[in-house]
Parts: sequence; structure tokens; C-alpha cells
Amino acid sequence: MKNNRPILLVEDDKIDAMTVKRAMKDLKITNSLVHVYNGLEALDYLKNLKGEDPCIVLLDLNMPKMNGIELLKVLKNDSSFKKLPVVVLTTSNAEKDKTESFNLSVAGYMLKPVDYKQFVDVIKDINLYWTISEIPD
Amino acid sequence: MNLDSILLIEDDRINALAFKKGLSRINNDIELITLETAENALQYLRNGNNIPCIIVLDLNLPKMNGIEFLSIIKNDATLKGIPVIVLTTSINPKDKINCFNLQVAGYFVKPLDYFELIESIFNYWKKSEFTHPIKEKSQPQ
Repeated sequence: MKNNRPILLVEDDKIDAMTVKRAMKDLKITNSLVHVYNGLEALDYLKNLKGEDPCIVLLDLNMPKMNGIELLKVLKNDSSFKKLPVVVLTTSNAEKDKTESFNLSVAGYMLKPVDYKQFVDVIKDINLYWTISEIPD
Repeated sequence: MNLDSILLIEDDRINALAFKKGLSRINNDIELITLETAENALQYLRNGNNIPCIIVLDLNLPKMNGIEFLSIIKNDATLKGIPVIVLTTSINPKDKINCFNLQVAGYFVKPLDYFELIESIFNYWKKSEFTHPIKEKSQPQ
């Protein structure tokens, strides 16, 4: 990433979260990963930040309590959070999810590959893109 | 839906050509539409043409600038879902924060060599899904 601020992962599936963590380690990405399990926990984390703002958010859509779309609606209507780039990382191929996500201005909508090598590839390209791109301060 | 079209809004012909050449080194199947002003781009997008998968936007444009274009696009129910990537010479922190508040999906400072930049943009968006707002809108609910 452009800077060394944490990546916020919002993901209810423990195995998927471990896969992201493992891919980051294999790619030698030095940003820390903050993992929360749903939208409510993400909001709680962001509103009570003790350290630095995350550089980007990796967002799953299907989650209990507050799902990804609901979280996006809150973030994008909040003047302090709307600048945060959010990349959707999901298994949902539903047209409705894609349309709603893009209408809420996500910065990418990636389907989680089942194959680990392809998963690493996705994380690699996300990392490289957000290393060359500027990130809001 | 795969990355099959890019709308480049760039008034500098040399930069536009560099982008085109860089892209053609990576992929020849993507349709690249280049327009020199934001006004022309708005007209293009509103005239029922195919909606591009992504828009690559210069900020420093004649008449309507990139930030003004972004404000219009992001307040247009039909067009706001198109990811807009800024490609600019501006390292002004104010431009950067304005753009992210206007929901850009990337902010790139123009490099001397376009190739690495275009390759990264291509590899990233190639993995993304897309929707086409106009086509989606015309479907019965």
C-alpha cells in the first residue's frame, strides 16, 4: 500500500479472513490487518479509532447484524468516512449487489476466488493498485 | 461483465496517445474512447451510448474541470455508479481530498512512464465486476 496504515477487513467468515491474512503474509505486505466480523463492529472500530485511519477497507457483503451494503450506506453518508476507499470482496455474483455497491461508489468489486493462488493474485493486484494510487490522508 | 471499455477524458493529446499506446501493449480488446473535454464526455454519457466500465479523468481541463465533472456525475442517479479514476499532474492535497470525497476509485499522479501505471489499472479492474447503469435501468423490476 501507499502508506503503512492498517487495512480494515470486514468479514464474518473466519476462514476467508485467515486466507486474506495468509495471502498478505505470502506477498510480504507489511500493513497490519484489522479484522472485524460485521458492519456494526466496523462502525464501532472506525468511530473509536485509537490509532491511524485505515488506508482502505476490504468489505464482504453477506454478514449478520449489519451487512456490507448497509455499512456502505452509513459510511458514504458520513463526512468523515466517505473518503475511505472501499473494495468489495465477496462471493455474491448477484446483479443487485453489484449495482447497489457501485451506486454507493465502491472502488472495485472482486469475487473471492476459491483457488488460493487466484486469491493471492487478487490481493496482489489490490495492493499494487493502492500502492501506485494516492490514498486520502 | 468484464472490463471491455474505458472512457478517457484528457485534453493533452500527447498524454492521451501515451495512454492509448500503454493500453495497447497490454490488451487490444478494450474499447478506448478518448474525449478532450468534460462537456463532451457528459454529452457522450447522456446520449445513450454504451456506458464505459471505468472513466479515467484528467483534472486540469478547459472550461469544465475534472472536479466539476465529478460533482455532476456523482449526483446523477444514472451515472454515479461508474468508477472514476483520476489521472493528473496535480499533487495538491486539496485536489486529492476533494476527489476522494467525490468518491473516486483511485487517484494517480501522472508518471513519466505510463506503462506500469496502466498495467496496474488494467490488472485491478480486470478482476472487478461491473454493472451498466443504463442497461440495468431499462430492465423491468
